[in-house]
Amino acid sequence: MPRAKRSTTRRTGSRPSRPPGLSTDRLREIYYFLKMNRLIEERLSALYRQGKVQGGLYSSRGQEAISVGSAYALGPQDILAPMIRNLGAMLVKGVRPLELFLQYLQREGSPCKGRDTSLHFGGIERGLVPPISHLGTLVPVMAGVALAARRRGKPVVALTYVGDGASSTGDFHEGLGIASVRRLPMVLILENNRWAYSTPVSRQSLLTDLADRARGYGIPRGVVDGNDVLAVCTATSSAIALARRGGGPVLLECKTMRMRGHSEHDDAWYVPEEEKRYWERRDPISLYEKRLIARGSVTQADLQRIEKRCLEEIERDLETALSAPFPAPESCIEDVYASGSDEAHVHEETEGKLKVLDGGRRR
Amino acid sequence: MPEAITYLEAIRQGIWEEMERDDRVFCIGEDIGVYGGAFKVTKGFLERFGEERVIDTPIAESGIVGAAIGASLMGMRPVAEMQFIDFISCAFNQITNFAAKSRWRYGAGVPIVIRGPSGGGVRGGPFHSQNPEMYYVHTPGLKVVAPGTTYDAKGLIKAAIRDDDPVIYLEHKYLYRLPRIKEVLPREDYVVPIGKAAVRKVGRDLSLITYGAMLLHCLDAADTLEKEGVSAEVLDLRTLLPLDAEAIEATARKTGKVLVVHEDTRTGGIAGEVTALINERAFEYLDGPVLRVTAPDAPVPYSAPLEDFFLPNAVKVLEAARRLASY
Repeated sequence: MPRAKRSTTRRTGSRPSRPPGLSTDRLREIYYFLKMNRLIEERLSALYRQGKVQGGLYSSRGQEAISVGSAYALGPQDILAPMIRNLGAMLVKGVRPLELFLQYLQREGSPCKGRDTSLHFGGIERGLVPPISHLGTLVPVMAGVALAARRRGKPVVALTYVGDGASSTGDFHEGLGIASVRRLPMVLILENNRWAYSTPVSRQSLLTDLADRARGYGIPRGVVDGNDVLAVCTATSSAIALARRGGGPVLLECKTMRMRGHSEHDDAWYVPEEEKRYWERRDPISLYEKRLIARGSVTQADLQRIEKRCLEEIERDLETALSAPFPAPESCIEDVYASGSDEAHVHEETEGKLKVLDGGRRR
Repeated sequence: MPEAITYLEAIRQGIWEEMERDDRVFCIGEDIGVYGGAFKVTKGFLERFGEERVIDTPIAESGIVGAAIGASLMGMRPVAEMQFIDFISCAFNQITNFAAKSRWRYGAGVPIVIRGPSGGGVRGGPFHSQNPEMYYVHTPGLKVVAPGTTYDAKGLIKAAIRDDDPVIYLEHKYLYRLPRIKEVLPREDYVVPIGKAAVRKVGRDLSLITYGAMLLHCLDAADTLEKEGVSAEVLDLRTLLPLDAEAIEATARKTGKVLVVHEDTRTGGIAGEVTALINERAFEYLDGPVLRVTAPDAPVPYSAPLEDFFLPNAVKVLEAARRLASY
């Protein structure tokens, strides 16, 4: 895969070998998020095979460094809009395993009360704007978040993700158009994982670097090795700083590989073996482990302790989630409007009246 | 001496007053700032409120609505203009999936208004004359309003801006500067509640249920019917989602004969929904079939004789009403 290798660090101004000046505690914390991301998804995959997690399940295996590295660069006031393969970013923003398990197991007390699936939850009060399944839609929405923040005089940066596939949508372009002419404080992470379901990136665009889509908008761009968590973090930090001082929006392409199928049911038979093997050797978590140990400040035992802590938290939260009841079925018609569901109200009334009519016909 | 103002001026005043009242309110759309809007609804806004609150955008309807949604999540109250309401179709996904479902999905209200000129009668052709209401009436989570009077134009835009849910506000371009509907409006602040219909003429023998520009044709038909000895009640729906089921039921029970009139095309128009409601709530009171006068199932044509043939009018309403009265 020489193409991916060649373009890993061009133009970002960051070199993956350069330590980004993070303390050992912060480096360990990054490892915790990476590991948590992977272990939660492995557990979700097992629950899927048991029939406990149903519907679509989208793995970010191999892409964890992008989620964690980019979200880790955000300030506490910044707003993040994850896509379906950004579980790690949500963890960094404060989402706990319990919420995730309740959500995927469709239980009462889950963030969406069993109404919506996967990572479609959050809220502006926690700095999160959840996605819908229609790709690209978050780009104009986050432009609006940035617009409102600036109007209110808040130094907020809005960050969201698009895949190689979503960079073909109209909303990606409409959103970038609006954000660029207004110089909005937005960072767009283009997560190029080479495959949009079964469509290779070569059938998405003729560009070698999808970051070059930024040229069409006259905005700054960067390309970074998406499997190097510290490189992603450093490049995102620079992009955020640039956006915050009015130089945005910024498009940052992170090159990576989707290591599982589009969803759990898909074994990705269409991906060439050679490509899979190349990227297996570049697993972002293994790379980070090696690097931490090479630095000397973190030992293998430290890493094992962090993994143990992750597993304990997962086991504890999963147990709680599995013992939670399902939501009341009829609750699915609530909260359609601010004042409750008018439509549900109509049907209730209608039923009552029909009963009366059955009992005593007027004529 | 207070002056009678146009329907368009009422919309302009309504948005203006809300922007004066609440600094969270802002306008976003194409050519709304420097140019003042294709129909001049936002004339003078840029000078008064500045370019952070009167935002000219690229031609990107989905982008406009998406940005409005994002800003509303941040606590703002955006009013997004579609230059012609026909172009709202470009933003369909943002409206029906992002805006409409956020509250239900995870509790985030999206208090946006999407407004624009709808309807025919001005030789606009198939892409500048549409009545797209039913695409949105079919989407739980949205509200859809369509004022037919100058008083309502102002009261409903103010209510829409203050509403906590996404509202589609359909202003009829045929009514914009129509001298006949100019009105002297109250000096004081007022709103017209969303979800409430209004009886425009009280009657005994049959009911005409309508909204938007068709209100005038129904009132004209009702005048003629009166001279023929038929007392028609005219109910202006004003809001299409949520429908005022109580008002529909009340007039159906009262007269026992209902004719639904709309400018939108026939199949899947609101008349079908009104008819179903009457079946469910007032079947026992009916003295005849629920009839409808609508545009035919075709795109809106351009040429004058074609469009005149296509659009409902007082004569068509009168003919159907006479038929209904004979039951």
